[in-house]
Amino acid sequence: MKKLLLLPLFLLPISALADGGGKLAPTAANPKWQAECSACHVAYPPALLPERSWRKLMGGLERHFGSDASLDAATAKEITAFLASQSADRASSRTSAKVLRGIAPGDTPLRITETAWFQRQHDEIRADAWKRPKVGSPANCAACHAGADQGDYAEHKVRIPR
Amino acid sequence: MKKPLLTALLFAALPAYAATPLEIQQSYAAEAKQQNPAFKEFSAARGEQFYRAKSAKGSSCAACHTDNPKAEGRHEKTGKAIAPLAPVANSERLTDPAKVEKWFKRNCQDVQGRSCSAQEKGDFIAYLRSVK
Ligand code: HEC
Ligand code: HEC
Ligand code: HEC
Repeated sequence: MKKLLLLPLFLLPISALADGGGKLAPTAANPKWQAECSACHVAYPPALLPERSWRKLMGGLERHFGSDASLDAATAKEITAFLASQSADRASSRTSAKVLRGIAPGDTPLRITETAWFQRQHDEIRADAWKRPKVGSPANCAACHAGADQGDYAEHKVRIPR
Repeated sequence: MKKPLLTALLFAALPAYAATPLEIQQSYAAEAKQQNPAFKEFSAARGEQFYRAKSAKGSSCAACHTDNPKAEGRHEKTGKAIAPLAPVANSERLTDPAKVEKWFKRNCQDVQGRSCSAQEKGDFIAYLRSVK
């Protein structure tokens, strides 16, 4: 009986290490972030950009990559605080550490897809695959990652559409 | 000039307030009268025209919501699926005044490069309500 109880305790840290960086859902829930930031695309994992990037992005929602994504002040404030608390600087996972290492201290990237980390993860994808009609843009994570809306980017679920 | 601001404040203060599409249309009628004393009523035909018309920026409401408001749409830039806009196909539509205002603000800016008048918003809702 005792052995069986101990076993899960052993497995816990091991499985956390073995996840390969594919599980990127935030460790806390925020319904406002979930609803507002998934209206036009998947809610991108907060752990993939540093806090300063999220703050800059949230300060410019009226001109958000060519779209107006403006929010009322109270909602914007709540989502900014949530993103900051889950950002790469504070997530302390292996993936977020790698993301940070690829960003120069003076840089404030607004796109995950422009980070060195993203480009390294995707360097085996042929240039034409990004342009297929069902993909359209590297920012369309869900086109290839079936679990993207749950923050699940695990390798075995990846499928590039034809 | 004061009434639209008041309506906006009222909407902002009532998050997720459940209303019917008709009630939301009626609140735009009050605002339209303020903006234009000659205002009479909303027109579903004019709303449909507005829905389909290509703007000077080369976009339209139909670009994301498709030619048929009962159909699932697709975001022009990101490819993400958008649930149907017509209440007959999606009962959650036009029931939350704050949400409706939020998307009019964003989408009118993106498509027209300006905000929509209360007349345009009411016509648009009258059109969506008329889709059977
Ligand atoms: C009104 C639509 C809309 C809403 C709402 C919206 N976005 Fe976006 N977002 C876009 C568009 C359009 C792009 C550009 C997509 C592309 O390049 O394919 C984008 C891109 C992004 C990117 C960059 C993706 C990349 O290339 O790495 C981030 C990060 C982002 N959004 C975060 C957010 C956050 C956080 C929120 C919630 C506060 C949000 N978005 C809400 C429309 C929206
Ligand atoms: C064109 C298809 C495509 C798109 C779009 C795409 N990816 Fe990927 N992604 C892949 C492929 C292929 C791999 C490599 C899988 C492998 O190593 O076998 C990958 C790997 C990854 C990994 C590493 C997974 C692991 O288990 O180590 C992460 C994390 C990831 N992608 C996140 C994203 C995010 C976030 C986006 C959107 C901003 C995105 N991807 C967009 C195809 C895509
Ligand atoms: C670039 C894509 C895009 C365009 C163009 C667009 N919309 Fe939308 N619209 C959206 C998205 C995304 C939503 C939110 C989707 C959801 O709630 O599922 C939305 C939601 C709405 C809503 C909210 C309805 C409700 O009660 O839930 C209204 C009203 C609306 N749009 C009106 C318009 C009007 C008017 C135009 C043209 C001037 C327009 N849209 C053009 C993407 C677009």
